[in-house]
Amino acid sequence: MMYTEKVMEHFRNPRNMGEIPDADGVGTVGNPVCGDLMTIYIKVKDNRLEDIKFKTFGCGSAIATSSMITELAKGKTLKEGMKITRANVADSLGGLPPVKMHCSNLAADALHAAIEDYYERQKAKEVKG
Amino acid sequence: MDHAAGKPVDPRVTEAMLPYVESSFGNASSLHTFGQEAKRALEDARAKVAELINAEKRESIIFTSGATESNNTAIKGVANRNKDHGTRIITSAIEHMSVVNSLKFLTTRGFESVFVPVDKYGFVILENLEKVLTEKTILVSIVYANDEIGTVEHIREISKIVHSKNAYLHVDATAACGQVPIDVKNENIDLLTISSNDMYGPKGVGALYIKEGVRVEPLLHGGGQERGLRSGTENLPSIVGFGKAAEIAKREMQTNSVQLTRLRDRFIEGLLKPIPYSFLNGHPTERLPDNVSVRYSFIEGESMLLSLDMMGVYASSGSACTAKTLEPSHVLLAIGLKHEEAHGSLMFTLGKENTEEQVDYVIGLMPGIVKRLRAISPLTPKELNA
Repeated sequence: MMYTEKVMEHFRNPRNMGEIPDADGVGTVGNPVCGDLMTIYIKVKDNRLEDIKFKTFGCGSAIATSSMITELAKGKTLKEGMKITRANVADSLGGLPPVKMHCSNLAADALHAAIEDYYERQKAKEVKG
Repeated sequence: MDHAAGKPVDPRVTEAMLPYVESSFGNASSLHTFGQEAKRALEDARAKVAELINAEKRESIIFTSGATESNNTAIKGVANRNKDHGTRIITSAIEHMSVVNSLKFLTTRGFESVFVPVDKYGFVILENLEKVLTEKTILVSIVYANDEIGTVEHIREISKIVHSKNAYLHVDATAACGQVPIDVKNENIDLLTISSNDMYGPKGVGALYIKEGVRVEPLLHGGGQERGLRSGTENLPSIVGFGKAAEIAKREMQTNSVQLTRLRDRFIEGLLKPIPYSFLNGHPTERLPDNVSVRYSFIEGESMLLSLDMMGVYASSGSACTAKTLEPSHVLLAIGLKHEEAHGSLMFTLGKENTEEQVDYVIGLMPGIVKRLRAISPLTPKELNA
């Protein structure tokens, strides 16, 4: 097996899988053409990631990294969330095969996109208000 | 169930090889008794491989290190030796990388390569072949059957077209030889690539059939073994094993083929029927007896392989995620699949030791695996997860 036991464990039992229908921010990265597409949904309360869920089309490491980032990010402040890197995700999983480091390690990007989406929505609300 | 990637060596083959691994250290080029014994074993193996494909004589077979070398020798060897007649070489869009990359290499040496498209089943489109086949074409190289989709090409018709323009026809029969009857005389094939491991022989040995009179330049120069077309001391234990495997294949092909086809069709039906948005790759009947190639929408192949692996089942996928490159299989794209469809492909290649129980076991696993991965995927339509 090319994956660490930790990757396989997250692949077998992904954490926080699903959607948040009334999410405060949504981030989608990747492309089904490349074989990886992930969406992260966040719920924000007092500047913290109160809830986070994911949906992913992709290989084992794409699913495992999605699951891992929800564990890393849940409960963190938005600022802390923005600081989680691709390397943090890979390290927390005990490493990823080199070929997977780029293509299937998009979870951090998806989280950042979701947080940015949240900020955008807040800005839009302020303008309206 | 990934026999295309590697097959177990038949115990009868191992047994035939053993004396040549352990004690028969003769060199087939030596005149003494040991050498002559080696020579006899070599020629005996050559005759068996020749018989399997109905070659006119055993000298038409040269032994190589495997299908990759055979394909390289056929393509580069014919190109270099016949460039005074033309520089165009034609192949199909579903060839093995050893064919594709040999052609790519030749385009850097003044040759012109043309890739003929295939239809949705993977059949070479004959009208397109006719169109690009000019008087300047020296070689057409077509796979007998591609192991990713299993479709068996219409070689007889292709042969007629190719020979109408006096080009040579090379056929890569790596996956097909030993599974389906091949007759180089009857089908009028000029060069044929054969692999030992694909018929339960040892790895690291193969053969190239070259019809008498076909002009080929060798890749390897040296002591002039194999009629000067492949220098280097013959790998006798492996060649003896290959010969034994060819003998067994000829004798048992019919029985194995009937059994495998029945197993294959049961497998395909079981993989597709209970699961919506599932499809067969390749042709339903004109396919190799061992080949099961399917795809499931909204999910990706490697995650299916991992799920099967956890349950002790080994298969393969055309997804980029299982390959060294980041592109999905060119074969699946050539039959018209979109990238995301190719990513969702799952391939099983059955072997003669696979049983109905094993097939039923996998059939039983797939609905759960597909359902779970579809629940995780953002591409799955809502009603499917309900």
